[in-house]
Amino acid sequence: MNDELRAPIAFAIMGILLAIVGFTQSWSVSLSVINLCIISSIMAIGVNLQWGYGGLFNAGVMGFTALGGLTAVLVSHDPIYEAWDKAGVGIVISAIIFVLSITSLLFVFRNIENKQIRKTLIILIIVFGLIGINNFYGPSIDIIESINPAKTGFLGGLGLPIIFSWLIAAVVAGLVAWVIGKITLRLRSDYLAIATLGISEIVIAVVKHEDWLSRGVKNVSGLDRPVPYEIELQQSEWFLNLVERINFSKLEAIQSLSSRQDLLNDLVIDSSGIFVKLCYAGLFFSVLLLIFYLSQLALNSPWGRMLRAIKDNEEAASAMGKNIFAQHLQIFIIGSAIIGIAGAMLTTLDGQFTPGSYRPLRFTFIIWLMVIIGGSGNNLGSIFGGFFIWFIWIEAEPLSIGFMNMLAGGLEYDNPLRMHLLGSAAHLRLFIMGLLLLLALRFMPKGVIPEKIQKK
Amino acid sequence: MEDFEFINAMVLLANFVIVPALSYGSQLALATLSLTIIYGVLRFSNFAQADWMSFGTMATILFTWLFQSAGISAGILPTALLALPFAIIVTALFCLLIDRSVYSFYRKQKSQPIVLMIVSVGVMFILQAVVRFIIGPNDRKFFDGEKYIVHALDFKNYFGLEEGLTIKSTQLITVVVALVAMISLFYFLQKTKLGKSMRAYSNNEDLALLSGINPEKIVIVTWIISSILITTAGVLYGLDKSFKPFTYFNLLLPMFAAAIVGGIGSPIGAVIGGYVIAFSEITLTYAYKKFFVYLLPESLEPSGLMQVLSTDYKFAISFIILVIVLIVRPTGIVRGKII
Repeated sequence: MNDELRAPIAFAIMGILLAIVGFTQSWSVSLSVINLCIISSIMAIGVNLQWGYGGLFNAGVMGFTALGGLTAVLVSHDPIYEAWDKAGVGIVISAIIFVLSITSLLFVFRNIENKQIRKTLIILIIVFGLIGINNFYGPSIDIIESINPAKTGFLGGLGLPIIFSWLIAAVVAGLVAWVIGKITLRLRSDYLAIATLGISEIVIAVVKHEDWLSRGVKNVSGLDRPVPYEIELQQSEWFLNLVERINFSKLEAIQSLSSRQDLLNDLVIDSSGIFVKLCYAGLFFSVLLLIFYLSQLALNSPWGRMLRAIKDNEEAASAMGKNIFAQHLQIFIIGSAIIGIAGAMLTTLDGQFTPGSYRPLRFTFIIWLMVIIGGSGNNLGSIFGGFFIWFIWIEAEPLSIGFMNMLAGGLEYDNPLRMHLLGSAAHLRLFIMGLLLLLALRFMPKGVIPEKIQKK
Repeated sequence: MEDFEFINAMVLLANFVIVPALSYGSQLALATLSLTIIYGVLRFSNFAQADWMSFGTMATILFTWLFQSAGISAGILPTALLALPFAIIVTALFCLLIDRSVYSFYRKQKSQPIVLMIVSVGVMFILQAVVRFIIGPNDRKFFDGEKYIVHALDFKNYFGLEEGLTIKSTQLITVVVALVAMISLFYFLQKTKLGKSMRAYSNNEDLALLSGINPEKIVIVTWIISSILITTAGVLYGLDKSFKPFTYFNLLLPMFAAAIVGGIGSPIGAVIGGYVIAFSEITLTYAYKKFFVYLLPESLEPSGLMQVLSTDYKFAISFIILVIVLIVRPTGIVRGKII
């Protein structure tokens, strides 16, 4: 097939698939899938920048997503003044002790040559740091967590509109990526994968168990929204008029006034849900376009050419005087920042932050599938991969149940084998994902929309 | 009983720290060894290894059920030990099938290690689906036989101490089986011809091929050894605690940490790494309050729990150690050399 045509055909097929869901299930379902597809695409672009352009295997996507989600909470939730009054000082002091210990540790590492003195100093710093933090930290978090634990029990956030968190999430994820990159990017590629996998687990452990920060597994719900609420829409004049005008012919056909009113009410409720989802889709899509545009711009600049040169041949690029480590660090930070944005967007869409829901399969490895199947090294491919794989992930469940029903067709209703088959239908989608990845790697290693090789 | 304070403190420590860490460390060491063998010979980090562990354990559980329904038991020992050899055969066969159908293609292409690693992610998905499909995602206990060797209450009464020591039979079985497995592995690698050729292949592939070593044979032997180690590790872990696919998947992280901490590619390092990770996980999350209450005079008794890190961070610990090792000594404890 002509390479130029691959992308349009792929996206056309994707559009048709989504339209089929719209017609057969409902447009509301189709729109929810699209919203998550867009977020997945953004994550995939982040991973693609790191892997497709930088050659870095980041297995910590889940961690950066969770950081984005945490940022959304910390930016948008109202501050809990009572908690700050009673225990803010303790938390701030322990934070200062923590930062001081880390910086002095780094200082000792860098500047003290004598091994004996270095060792003693390190042990002293760690012991005093731990004692200091324990003295302030423990009591303060007990106070914070005891303030209205059923509803808050944490410090709250800044009380800003949640949309700001998308930007701040990029900064937070980027900063964390900087620290991680400093430690791991000098190592071999698979060490980076394992180290990032581990660090993402640490991030999850922190958001799960530090209740004073994120309420932990008690979740934070009822987050601020960047779009109107359904109930507001249903009560506003202009929206009612809009729905009436769109469905004019449908309403005209009904004679009795009361049933016409009933239909209108139903339509308004349905449309308000769809309207909200459309608003989200519009917001997300503009972010996706912006990120796509900016990354294309960057990759076609001299900087992007240098990245490709490094990826093609590290030694040659190094001999030309390019600093490989610094470039890797840059692309690692940029990619992680994009994943952080997507994480904040996801939490915004959910309206809640649920640390328990972050699982590596869903948030790391599925994203990898998107990049590899879409075509690593091509951002358009990642967008397609994001849409396609998320669509399969969502639709695999009803399809597997259907498949299992077919398998168990001849069996009686309470036959144990039938019960087992239907009960395990949900696991079939893991199988589908694994099979897709293996097939793609074997028969289409460059992905659906392959990387463009530029010849000039 | 003032004089026994010290003994009480030690028994307490043995009961809650040393015995559990020793058995968890042995399980981890075996699992890490299998990861290391794959890494050393086939040269990639196998992300599917933890799921091979659940697969092997699942096979063992199925055979255990079969034996139990046929009325076969091992007396005071768990039936699972009888089922283990059969499960190893099944696991090894499935490993070889996957190798034939998936990995061998990339080996022939001489793909980069990172590609094989991504392939192993695909295998991981498929194995997770297979295990969950056959046995379900829930917690399963498959231990039978005699539960305790030393019971806390008997221990207390016998020695007249305040603290009791419990040794579960699974803990003793774990340590014994792990020791046997490790000794036979090292004997195999160092003394037998096949083991030596495996080391030669791992050290320098081209040179090994020149001296007439059959690479296909080495690959097959590698998968078989890996299956033996990983199934044994999984069964021991499952007997000691319980079997749940998601818990087993989470063991991937400590396994990798142990491999790198010990020095990736080195079997001795894998064993050391396994024990280091296990001991640090348990020693750093244990609350030492009672221990110090025994040891210190009343005026100095601690008020807090005397816990370095809360148990919530058990999994994080292996990574904190990993990160420290990566910064301080990236080659690991035993300087990573190939097998």
